[in-house]
Parts: sequence; C-alpha cells; structure tokens
Amino acid sequence: MKYFRLIWAGLWRKKARTILTMLSIIVAFLLFGLLQGVNQGFNSVVANLNVDRLYTNAKTNMVDGLPIAYQNRIKEVPGVVAVSHWTYFGGYFREAKNAIPAFATDPEGLFKVYKELKIKPEYLQAMKSTRTGALASETLAKQYGWKIGDRIPLGTSIWTTKEGSNTWYFDLVGTFDASAFGSGGFPSFYINYDYYDEAKAFGKGVVHYYLESIKDPRQATQVAKAIDALFENSSNETRTQTESQFQQMQMKQIGDINFIVNAIVGAVLFTLLFLTANTMMQSVRERIPELAVLKTLGYSDGKVLALVLAEAFVLCLVAALIGLGVAAVLFPALKAVIGNLPMPLIVIEMGIAIACGLALVSGLPPALRAQRLNIVDALAGR
Amino acid sequence: MKTFRQIGSVTAMNLRSLPQRLGTSFVIVIGIAGVVAVLISVLAMSTGMLRTLQNAGRDDRAMVLRNGSAAESSSALPRDTARLIGDAAGVKRDADGKPILSAEGMRVLTVYKREDGAEVNVAIRGVGPKMTVLRPEFKIVEGRMFQSALTELVVGRAASRQFRGLGIGDKITTRGATWTVVGVFTTGDAHESELMTDVEALVSAERRGGYQSVTVQLDSAGSFGAFKDALSANPALSVDVSREREYYTQQSKTIGQVITIVAYVVGSIMAIGAVFAALNTMYSAVSARVRDIATLRAIGFGGSAMVASVLVEAVLLALLGGALGAALAWVFFNGHTVSTLTGVGGHLIFDLTVTPELIGVGIVWACAIGLIGGLFPAIRAARLPVATALRAI
Repeated sequence: MKYFRLIWAGLWRKKARTILTMLSIIVAFLLFGLLQGVNQGFNSVVANLNVDRLYTNAKTNMVDGLPIAYQNRIKEVPGVVAVSHWTYFGGYFREAKNAIPAFATDPEGLFKVYKELKIKPEYLQAMKSTRTGALASETLAKQYGWKIGDRIPLGTSIWTTKEGSNTWYFDLVGTFDASAFGSGGFPSFYINYDYYDEAKAFGKGVVHYYLESIKDPRQATQVAKAIDALFENSSNETRTQTESQFQQMQMKQIGDINFIVNAIVGAVLFTLLFLTANTMMQSVRERIPELAVLKTLGYSDGKVLALVLAEAFVLCLVAALIGLGVAAVLFPALKAVIGNLPMPLIVIEMGIAIACGLALVSGLPPALRAQRLNIVDALAGR
Repeated sequence: MKTFRQIGSVTAMNLRSLPQRLGTSFVIVIGIAGVVAVLISVLAMSTGMLRTLQNAGRDDRAMVLRNGSAAESSSALPRDTARLIGDAAGVKRDADGKPILSAEGMRVLTVYKREDGAEVNVAIRGVGPKMTVLRPEFKIVEGRMFQSALTELVVGRAASRQFRGLGIGDKITTRGATWTVVGVFTTGDAHESELMTDVEALVSAERRGGYQSVTVQLDSAGSFGAFKDALSANPALSVDVSREREYYTQQSKTIGQVITIVAYVVGSIMAIGAVFAALNTMYSAVSARVRDIATLRAIGFGGSAMVASVLVEAVLLALLGGALGAALAWVFFNGHTVSTLTGVGGHLIFDLTVTPELIGVGIVWACAIGLIGGLFPAIRAARLPVATALRAI
C-alpha cells in the first residue's frame, strides 16, 4: 500500500492523457455492461424457470394443437401432480399494436402448476363462477388502467366468435402477481377455456400445449417419456420437454443475439486494448530516466516491473468499474427489451475479469521493458 | 493565397513526420475502424432484411386478407371468396379470360438449422395453379415443379441451404401428410425462405376449410383503387386489401426500426469512445511537435495554418480508419446469411447487405469523429505561446 502514492503520481503525470484513456475505457465498459446485461438477462430468464414443470405440445409443430381430451389421460401418468393447458388467444386491446399475452386456460389447474403466481382465493373462485371472466396480472391491469369489474373488449387476430366478430368481451374478476417472471412476454391474461371453446367459430376442442407439474424434478425425463408414450402412433403425437428446454427453443427463434453481441464487444475490446497498450507504452517511454532513478535508489527490477504493471491495473480497473457502474444505473432504461430485471451480477464479474486481462496485456510489455532497463544507458538517454 | 500555401506546406511536413508517430496514429485508425465496422455491419443487417422483404412486394399486385388480420398467418378466407375476388374489377386476366390470382394457405413446419441444429419454424405455402404467372420471378433452379394434387413440394433455395433435410428427394412429415421435395426454386425475395406446394393438397392434408390470403395481378399499378372499391362494395366479402409492397413493408417495419436504433445507439456510444481516443492521439501528436510548431510560428506562419494542419492530419487518419472499417464489414459480413423471426410467418433468411449508402454513412461518421477529435488539439497548437514552447525541453 505504501507504493500507492507513487503509482497514483505516475498515472497523473500527464493528466489529459490519463483522463482521455480512462474515458475511452469507461465508454467501452459501459457498452460491454449494457450488451452483456441484455444477453445475460435473456439467459437468466431461462435459468429462473423451474425444472419440475413440463410442457407438452404437438410433435409436428407447436401451433398444431392437441385434443382437450388428453388432459385427463395425462393426469393419470405417475409422477404428474397437476395438469393445465394454454391456448394462444392472439389478443390485442383496442389496436393491434397493443398486444396482450392472452391465453385460454383452465385457471384452477394453472395456479397449481404455476405456484409462483400469487392470487387471492376469492379471485380464483370468482373466475370459476364467471364464464366470461378474465384474470390479468397486476402489471398488465395497471398498464391499461383496468379495474376489477371492468368489461374488457379484446380483439384477436386468430379467433372469430360464432357471431363472426373478432372482438371478445371479458369481465375482469381478479388480478394476480406474476412478478416472479419479470414483465416480459409471460402469459398474463387468462380466460376460461370452456367459455372460449364454446363461443369460437372454428378449431374446437384443441389446446396448444399442456403444462404439467411433477412430483420429483429428477424424474422429469422419465415422466416426459411416459406422457409421449401414451400418445405414440396416434394421429396427434406429442412432445414433452422441461419448461427451460421449451423456453430456450423459443428464444432461438429470435435468432442469434449472442453472435451479434459478442462480435460488437469483441471489436470494442480489441480497439480498447490497442489504445491502452499505446498509452502505457508512451507513458513508460517518457519516464525512462525516472525509472532509472528509481533503480539507482535501490528499487529491484521486480519492483519496477510491479510498479508499472500496478499502474495499468489501477487505470483499467478504476475506469472499468466506473463504466460498469454507469451501465448498472442505465440498465433499468432497457426495461422495454428484457423486462424488469436488475443487471446480472455475472456481468460485473465478467467485466472485472476482462479489465484485469486488459491491464495485464497492455501493461506487461512496457513493464518488462522497465524491468530490463539498464541504469547507465537509461540515465544517459540512450 | 498565402494562408493556403502555409497550410499546404505545414500539412505536408506533418504528414511526412507521421511514420515517427506510427503507434499513436494507429490508435485513431483502429478506433474509428472499429466504430465504422460495427455501425455498417448492424445496418447491413436491417438493410438486407428490408430488401428481402420488400422485394417480395410489387405495386401491381394486391393482397387480400380477412378483415382485421394483420398478417397472413392469422387470416382465414372461405373458399368462395377466391372466386368473388377474381371477378372484381381491376384484376388482370389471361388469354382464356381467367383472372390471374393465387389463393394461398400456409402452415408452419419445424426445421433444424444446419449450423447449430437450432429448431425454427418455416412456412409451407400452398399456392394456386396460376402462381407462376402471378410471380414471374419464381424460377425452378433444380429438379422440377410440384404436380398438383400430389403431396410434393418445392423448397426455396435459401431455405434448402440454411436448414437440414430439405434436399430433393427428402421426405417431410406434417400432421396429415408426408411430402416429397421435388425441386428447388429462387425468387430473390422473402419467399425463398419458404416451401411451396399445391394449395389444394395442403388444404386437404390440413383438413381445413379455406385459404388464408389471395394475391391478385392487377391490370396495372393504377387499378388498385378500382379493385379495392369493388371488393368493399361487395357485401359478400369482409376482407382487407393492400398493395403487396405495402403489406411487406408493414411486416418489416418494427423489426427494421429496432435494428436501426440498436445500430445507432451502439454506434454512438462507440463513437464517443473513439473521439476520446482521437483526442488522445492528436494531443500527443501536438505535444511531440511543440518545438516545430513554435519555430514555424516564430518565422511567421499563421495560427490558422497550425489548426488546419492538425485537422487535416486527424481527418486523414479518420478516413483511413473509416475505409478500413468499411472494408472489414464488407469482407466479413457482406453476403453473410442469417435468419430471424419476423411477422411474415416462419423464419426469414436474408443476407447482410453492405450498400454504397452504408459505406457513405460510415465514412461520414469517421470524418465527424476525426474532426471533433482533431479540433481541440488543433486549437491548442495554434494557441501555443511561442516563447515558452521554444524553450521546451
């Protein structure tokens, strides 16, 4: 610690240069924090999902649908605790651009399968006794200013009612807390499947996927196989997988975010490496006589090497931490992209690791040069 | 005139001394190359995607969907609407007097990417018998066209390259049918990401009643109004009609905007970093030449000549960086094939396209960064107190 003042003084020998270098490192780590934050945010959505939940959809394709009659048969499979189902409603409120993640479901089973969703028992009871009832997540209700008791007109791009209308009316009977799943695209508007199936003009008796909660997560693979075996060689074969597998598959549909983010971050870090290395090199070159004086005073070669290297570390780490800090502060502004997530801690850890790597790579060559300095030559300016 | 001569000679002197400052000068070049390469690559993505989607639309074709449907995938049209639509005014007819149109249906097929086995959805499009007249851009490049009423299909070239199991002779199983791939086609647009078959074969395999969209050939681009009026006047139809080009532009709007915003936000943040790097370089370039500058000032060179010479050096280095960045983006990403999910039903496959306009944008950014990064050091060079600077070192 007693050398800290020396390192600090070395850094501030040329104020403008150090400040400008720091600013570029700050900007680079700000960008790194934001991009990796988004990237990791997507991954953590998947990681938060439970492995004791299974999804079953038609083997041919997710939107092909399965008969509603499968529900009772899946219930009988050993290891399955509760079964519910979801069917895309394709809903929107007032205009097609206000998409509502609305799903027709069996509400009672659903809240058993999704124990993370919190709902008051009286709301669930009201949903059961109101055929045209609907449940919305608190966030969604707040967003559109819906109150319990409101009659909500929901447009749909998929289903027509028997009367030939694309607008359906639902009575909001309750809200639930879905904060466990962020505010992203998690299904957060539920309608009664029975009412929906009866009122729609076509495609009756079909659900898009079944959700099962199972007794023991370690049995997930066996239970999934047992469910698929039930319907093998029928005209509606199934595919069952864990919720996290299912979500990963969905995310891959968006395309390769990872590739783009990594390419950008790679370009930024490479540029930065060059810049910092250059600064360190310049700074050592200018100070050769000073370093020689230090050696004359009795500083060992190793100590001089450590001093220069430490300077690089202080420069990179301080700037990187500021950059990551700014990124963490700005991160909530990206809510629209990834939902309400704090910046994952792993991003900060990765950032610090990269900053250390940067310091090492950019600081080592000048540090080695300083170590090998011959006092007589250096003092003579040769 | 004298000022220009001064600028010329000082700049030439600066540039000749560049090799001595190679390391620091490269900081500007590489910093700006990074910014420009990232900016151009990300913009190339939205350009490629928009181009692929918009190529699919022509002004003299119109698309009819169910009333209120934003996209084909959520539309449904009863079978007799195709006939009613064909009878409407403004539709072009062939030699036999039959309307040129294609009533189409779609289903989604799960396929796997060649490179990483990722599971994605593509569309199988059922098309009417007049489709090849309607879309003259459609060409079979391998194998043959499917035969109607058979479970045969043809695959878009982009799709067959991007996904496994879509070669000629391969069998594809959907619920209700097993299809044989008999040919590969090109269209040069979004349809190349799809598979095509006879709409009647698809409808019967799906046990579905009707179509999802009807695309018609108009007499001319100008007869769209007459066609639209004819459809809305017909009480038996409840449909939305749009020009084909408008439909595809609409489908690509949101995602195109998102990518463009990402490009500029990331590009701006990187540009700020590059400005700092440029400032750093030019400040050290000026301080390395303190004595030269002071000498020149002492023998009568003007301050503006100093400013100009530093700026010219910064901009030249920036241009070099911009050109390098554009070249990198071109070499690594032009023609790079990617696919993503869009509103058109199924994955869209497209090539990243680096256009001259994008390179222009990149060069303009490079110049701007160079100018800003050179300006303050240039002013410093002009304001240098001659006497003290001469005594330096």
